[in-house]
Amino acid sequence: MRLTPMRRTLAGLAVTAVIVVFLSVKLNAFRDFQIAEIATYTVAVAGLTVLTGMSGQISLGHGAFMAMGAYATALLLAHLGWPFIGVLLLSGAITAVAGAVVGVAAARLSGPYLAGATLMLGVALPSIANAYPGTFGGDQGLNVVYAAPGFLGANFPLTRWQAWVATATALVTLFLLANLNHGRIGRNWRAVRDDEVAAAVAGINVARTRVLAFVISAACAGLAGSLLAMTTALVAPGAYTITLSITLLTAAVIGGLGTLPGAIWGSMVIVLLQTYITDVATSHGLSATVGANIPIAAYGLILILVMLAFPQGLQGAVRRLVAGFAQPPERRGVPGGPSPR
Amino acid sequence: MVEFLQFTLSGVVFGMVYAAIALSLVLIWRGTRLLNFAQGGMAMFTTFIALEVVYKTGEYWAGFVVALAAGILLGAVVELIVIRPTIGRPELNSVIVTIGLLIMLEGLAGIFYGGQYRSFPTAFSITGLHAGRTPLGVSRFDVFVAVAVLVTTLLLAIAFRYSTAGLRMRAAAFNATVARLSGIRVARVLTVGWALAGLLGALAGVLISPSTFLYPNSMDSIFVYGFTAAVIGGLDSPPGAVAGGLILGVGLSYVGGYVGGGRGSDLTAIVAMGILVLVLMLRPAGIFGGSVLRRV
Repeated sequence: MRLTPMRRTLAGLAVTAVIVVFLSVKLNAFRDFQIAEIATYTVAVAGLTVLTGMSGQISLGHGAFMAMGAYATALLLAHLGWPFIGVLLLSGAITAVAGAVVGVAAARLSGPYLAGATLMLGVALPSIANAYPGTFGGDQGLNVVYAAPGFLGANFPLTRWQAWVATATALVTLFLLANLNHGRIGRNWRAVRDDEVAAAVAGINVARTRVLAFVISAACAGLAGSLLAMTTALVAPGAYTITLSITLLTAAVIGGLGTLPGAIWGSMVIVLLQTYITDVATSHGLSATVGANIPIAAYGLILILVMLAFPQGLQGAVRRLVAGFAQPPERRGVPGGPSPR
Repeated sequence: MVEFLQFTLSGVVFGMVYAAIALSLVLIWRGTRLLNFAQGGMAMFTTFIALEVVYKTGEYWAGFVVALAAGILLGAVVELIVIRPTIGRPELNSVIVTIGLLIMLEGLAGIFYGGQYRSFPTAFSITGLHAGRTPLGVSRFDVFVAVAVLVTTLLLAIAFRYSTAGLRMRAAAFNATVARLSGIRVARVLTVGWALAGLLGALAGVLISPSTFLYPNSMDSIFVYGFTAAVIGGLDSPPGAVAGGLILGVGLSYVGGYVGGGRGSDLTAIVAMGILVLVLMLRPAGIFGGSVLRRV
């Protein structure tokens, strides 16, 4: 059997699924929660990787898209009474529409301007929750009512089910994104990223290609927000700050901006690092605030160091090790890669 | 009418602070063609240092001076250590590096000073001034805020226009290669630019913190307003930054005052975002921007 990219992706995802099911049964509820968290971040980070790594646009406001997905989920679950899968997909669709609006504006902006505009989105959007407390619950946020389906039996742990749902969503998302990336659309993204003018000359509609990347990326963030609403059972503006947006970017950068599997590594690092550091800090008698802020400072340091020292991220470093340092990095113009000029 | 006057005056005061942030961004943009997303975070950090000094010495002006000095130092150090290696790499690298610096500073502030809201002292009284019987809606301290930014801006403008160092900076910003060939140490000039930007940011932080309280994320929204102001005026234009700051400050003050039963103050960020998007769509070079040399 020839190992086509798609078969390889499917095999990798199947192995991951088996590992996750095994772990979720063996480990305790807290670890299940962490698995769900990692999977949730993976969805959002994969979307950001597509946007930044593949299409060359940056977003510092993906936390805002996650907030949209999360609030959509909370409101839909409360008012429609649909099964979660329907709510999940609808939340993703709603966020995709928002992504299209932002994407149309973003398609005309380059690097720093786009970063500034999306940062503004991340800062401004949570304040809407305070402006309309009747709908969005203000600072307190909204409770999310969610239970595991009945056929699993009454003793099935909710956290394990949540881990499965989040993981399944993450794997399906990764599969779809990998497919897009290997096909014509992915080629168009990379063409636009590497040289806009050449891409336009080759007949690619640059603006449409960019907007599509934004729509897909926003939809991923919306799905992740929906998953986060489900696992944390609460949606409040305090959880969707700029820090969240930058955390997502950190995960994407750690994993490597050019690679989808990197999204998994990046998400694992940020989730496990956060828990580990908080544990160590509290066990050394440091206050909870200090414990919560050490990871944030660490993210900043990691972003700087990775950009200065290993611009290709973890996945890139692994790939280079495998290639025995013999080949030059294949991608040109990846943020972090060698300068295209 | 009185309300209108009050909203306008307080808008001007806030606008001057946005202008200070906008100017610091313009200074860096002209020199290095990058946006310093850590500008707000740096200002927050120097303001925390100032607060420590005020607590220790009990003297407002000691904190004020230390904040400005810390701003200069932080700006120069940041340029030397983390910015210089990114020059010549893709522009997203420098964006990510400054973003990293931003949350590193916010995390460090959280570790050292905690997450709670701190009040920051003022130099002068904050009771409202009156013209005859009419309340003006601004205080003695607000007047100081506006004057402090104005004086700093004018001093910088004079230095840029008439001093040799200013000429060097303008030359380096205008054409780095030719400047280097004429014997100007462009790298050193850039460091000075970052130091001055740090000074302006620190000034904005000390001046705005009495109104916003001080906490690790307190400068986030001030930074995006400053960025918006800089874009309104054109990222290349120092007078544009001041004009942009004033336009935005007054505009947002009207929104906060007149729109929807107290809801306006929660919506100012959204309105500012709308303004930013409009300007970027309609006039990406800004109102005062020169020729469009590069596509936004």
